[in-house]
Amino acid sequence: MSVYIQGISCISPQRSFLSEGLSGEPVNYDTPWLSCIEPVYKEHINPTLARRLSRYIKMGVTTALTALKDAGIEMPQAVITGTGLGSTEDNEKILLAMYENQERMINPTHFIQSTHNTISSQIAIMLKCHDYNNTYVHRGFSFESALLDGMLLIAEGKSETALVGGVDAVTEGHYINYARINRWRANTNGSLRMITDKGAGVVPGEGSAHFLIGKEKSPNTCACIKSLELIYKPASSAQVIERCNRMLAENGLTPADIDLVISGNNGDTTNDFFYQEVSGQLFPDKATAYFKHLCGEYETAGAFALWLAASILKTHQIPDGILQRGVVASPLKNILIYNHHRGDQHSLYLLTAVL
Amino acid sequence: MGTRVFITGTGIFSSIGRGVDETLASMVNGKTGIAPIRILETVHRDFPVAEIPFTDAELLALTGLSKDLPLTRTTLIAYIALKEALASAGIQQTGDERTGFISATTVGGMDKKETFYPEAATSQEWLKYIDTQDVAAHTEALADLFGFRGFITTASTACSSGANALMLGARMIKQGLLDRVVAGGNECLTRFHLNGFNSLMILDKEPCKPFDQHRAGITLGEGAGYLVLESEEMVRKEGKKVLCELTGYGNSCEAFHPTASSPDGVGAYLAMQEALKIAGLQPADIDYINAHGTGTDSNDISEGMAIQRLFGEHVPPVSSTKPFTGHTTSAAGSIEAILCTLALQEGLLFPNLNWKTQMTDLNFAPVTKLTKQALKHVMSNSFGFGGNNTSIILSKY
Repeated sequence: MSVYIQGISCISPQRSFLSEGLSGEPVNYDTPWLSCIEPVYKEHINPTLARRLSRYIKMGVTTALTALKDAGIEMPQAVITGTGLGSTEDNEKILLAMYENQERMINPTHFIQSTHNTISSQIAIMLKCHDYNNTYVHRGFSFESALLDGMLLIAEGKSETALVGGVDAVTEGHYINYARINRWRANTNGSLRMITDKGAGVVPGEGSAHFLIGKEKSPNTCACIKSLELIYKPASSAQVIERCNRMLAENGLTPADIDLVISGNNGDTTNDFFYQEVSGQLFPDKATAYFKHLCGEYETAGAFALWLAASILKTHQIPDGILQRGVVASPLKNILIYNHHRGDQHSLYLLTAVL
Repeated sequence: MGTRVFITGTGIFSSIGRGVDETLASMVNGKTGIAPIRILETVHRDFPVAEIPFTDAELLALTGLSKDLPLTRTTLIAYIALKEALASAGIQQTGDERTGFISATTVGGMDKKETFYPEAATSQEWLKYIDTQDVAAHTEALADLFGFRGFITTASTACSSGANALMLGARMIKQGLLDRVVAGGNECLTRFHLNGFNSLMILDKEPCKPFDQHRAGITLGEGAGYLVLESEEMVRKEGKKVLCELTGYGNSCEAFHPTASSPDGVGAYLAMQEALKIAGLQPADIDYINAHGTGTDSNDISEGMAIQRLFGEHVPPVSSTKPFTGHTTSAAGSIEAILCTLALQEGLLFPNLNWKTQMTDLNFAPVTKLTKQALKHVMSNSFGFGGNNTSIILSKY
């Protein structure tokens, strides 16, 4: 089921957009949540259309179109999106309108944009792409389900390429909503310190990342995704360790062959132990990088991690501020990403350099 | 190529019945679930709907689950259908890695969210439901109640969601990633989408009449449908009884407009064509099409034209069963797939109720009377907002 990553694009709280890897010093946030450094959307989307689209959709459509450009192709053979929250902005607008106007005068645009498949749909309309189109909304599996579906299409020989993305955007309403059940941790000392300043709960973030994956290695190809494993509510880290060993073995590898581990620690004392135990057992001496202090915790954060890994393999450079320990082997060949969301949806990605 | 995919169990709950037997009886007796609104609290009482005639409290009692659990109407309805599906397939063990659970919904926990919205900042009772808002909440609630621990995900492509869940399940089994998948969709009625559809002015004030020249829009319904898909090897190994085979599937995108289909139905055409190709069938092999047939101006002409273009001289009997069940949105794909399994088993063509006048743009009329006919291959169409078109083919085994 392996695929090549032919094009990438990422809008995040860091300087990632249209950048060959993360550029500059890591950006620190003092706000309750990390928000994206956004591009000028009308440079990528027709301005008339852009005015009508909610922020979340603009983010998604922009990284989709720019990932295609990065791949140097005009038409993907599938469009698949993963989102954990969908458009909370449009959702909130409808609820407010229903309440204030006693269910009269609902704006149809908000309803259309509130359905979770709106990004996949909008991308297809812009490209006039009639091919396979799908959307997954499953918490920390949203992006991974989309990616798995894309990899499956390519393995089936149905599609030669697939445009796969993960998009989530925070709104104040969303933050307030989940604050009531103590989902969040206060961003007391700045986002760059969220992992070291441990505590219960997470500092939320957001982002949009798209990947043009394909059967073939093209001139722009930066990495190969060899395997993707999804593990639902593992009883303990032992289950994750077992799956990881199995995944590596299926690719003729052992933990010793991994050159860099990208780990989704976020400082949440409730469930960061998974990362510590997996790392401690399998990769105690391996170069390990963290990423959630850069993007925050959100359902499709795996997409940011994949973008980071792909851009590292593309540029042969590790950006500042992510390596926690160890020395990265040169040449860098195998990267393992281990990420989970709330301790419930775990994923393992195995990437290799394309030589 | 890959392994064959068989349906070994089904579970269904909608306005026309709780369970497969009640559902079949309603279909055979021409008994619609469409009626004036009784359960949903809304100012728009002039739209008929196809509600499941139980309050949330009554649904909870039917499930036998604890009232302390945060269960949305979505989850309650889905629970009942899922339980039947598992029992019907004789599934005892659900927790292994090679068993998947793929559900689908669009509104998720919106029924509770819209109820508590005005007091969301202060209500104590709302605290219990905050984590049930998102689409995946019901999937995980069900996964945990029934012990699924393998591959779990949720598709959300509006009105084609249920069909996409089935399609992904079938593909994963065919590629050898899983041996068994329980897949389907569900949706409960909410003010949110009733108002949303109303804002698009596509709700009929009378019960919907798909493919009628004077059709005036959708009648919304609610429900859930789950199917158990198993690989050839599983069926043989466990000596399972087979209801039918899932032989074809196709997914394409209209790529035309966020809510309307293109006049020539290019997306519908491609989805149906792809399904035929996967099934290794010709258009003439299809004995019945359970159309998406929502009763909107746009869908029925679009789907109708696509059917004519693809099937040419061999347009099979076509009907929309939405005048029975209403448009169950995310559940439609799986509910209607289950109706297709019944059609295959019983050798019945279900009627397209409420139809009176031929559409001038189409050269076929739908089936209007319950008809006994041996069926070998049937096609089920689900076309959603956003142009997500999925077509499934089920075959007699």
